[in-house]
Amino acid sequence: MSDLEASEEHSDPRDEIVQHLPSMRAFALSLTRNGSAADDLVQDTVVKAWNKIDHFEPGTNMRAWLFTILRNTFYSDRRKSRREVADVDGSFAETLSEKPHHDGRLAMRDFEEAFAKLADEQREALILVGASGFSYEDAAETCGVAIGTIKSRVNRGRSRLAELLDLHSDDSMEMTDKATMAVVNGMIPPGRFSA
Amino acid sequence: MALPNRKSGLEEQIEENLRKVYQKTVEEDVPDRFKALLEKLKAQEANK
Repeated sequence: MSDLEASEEHSDPRDEIVQHLPSMRAFALSLTRNGSAADDLVQDTVVKAWNKIDHFEPGTNMRAWLFTILRNTFYSDRRKSRREVADVDGSFAETLSEKPHHDGRLAMRDFEEAFAKLADEQREALILVGASGFSYEDAAETCGVAIGTIKSRVNRGRSRLAELLDLHSDDSMEMTDKATMAVVNGMIPPGRFSA
Repeated sequence: MALPNRKSGLEEQIEENLRKVYQKTVEEDVPDRFKALLEKLKAQEANK
């Protein structure tokens, strides 16, 4: 459907908001790291967007516009409440538990724990660019910073994650090896795998 | 000395997990409260 074909009175950009709710919830969760706080944030964002729709330029990226409102709301609420909402206990990771992987891939749980340890700005840059498919330009506009700043946040976030996960995989590898070797050496009878 | 293969494998998994974390929420059903909210906003608009 092209904008030109749609009649003026029937083309309310607000009708488009509903399509962006799933990605707004995902972005909100990455910021708040708490499911109910994320949905409250999305709700506030929807109300603001609804009332400020005159500020939206039709034909531009509505998702980026909504994400900008969401993000500004998040940081301004946090300033107001004057408390750090960082999830120190890892309850974000707990809400997102998943079956453990046994194929040597990174366990989702490990990943989420590492992800929760990143600085807010790195986490949001990674979510915008790495997960939601924003261009560096859109991500920069959404966060109100230069493109180079977004690029460096993405790079630093990736390196930090790699560092955290690499450390973690070394630890668990060592433990697994010891445990496995003990079992293999002591318990598996010869010829076990020949049948 | 760096281990390029391991490093790039890890980076690949990081990208994959980033998308998974995000997609998991994107694929959830949107709670009814949002449908109700949009209907309420529309109704208010109509009464203006």
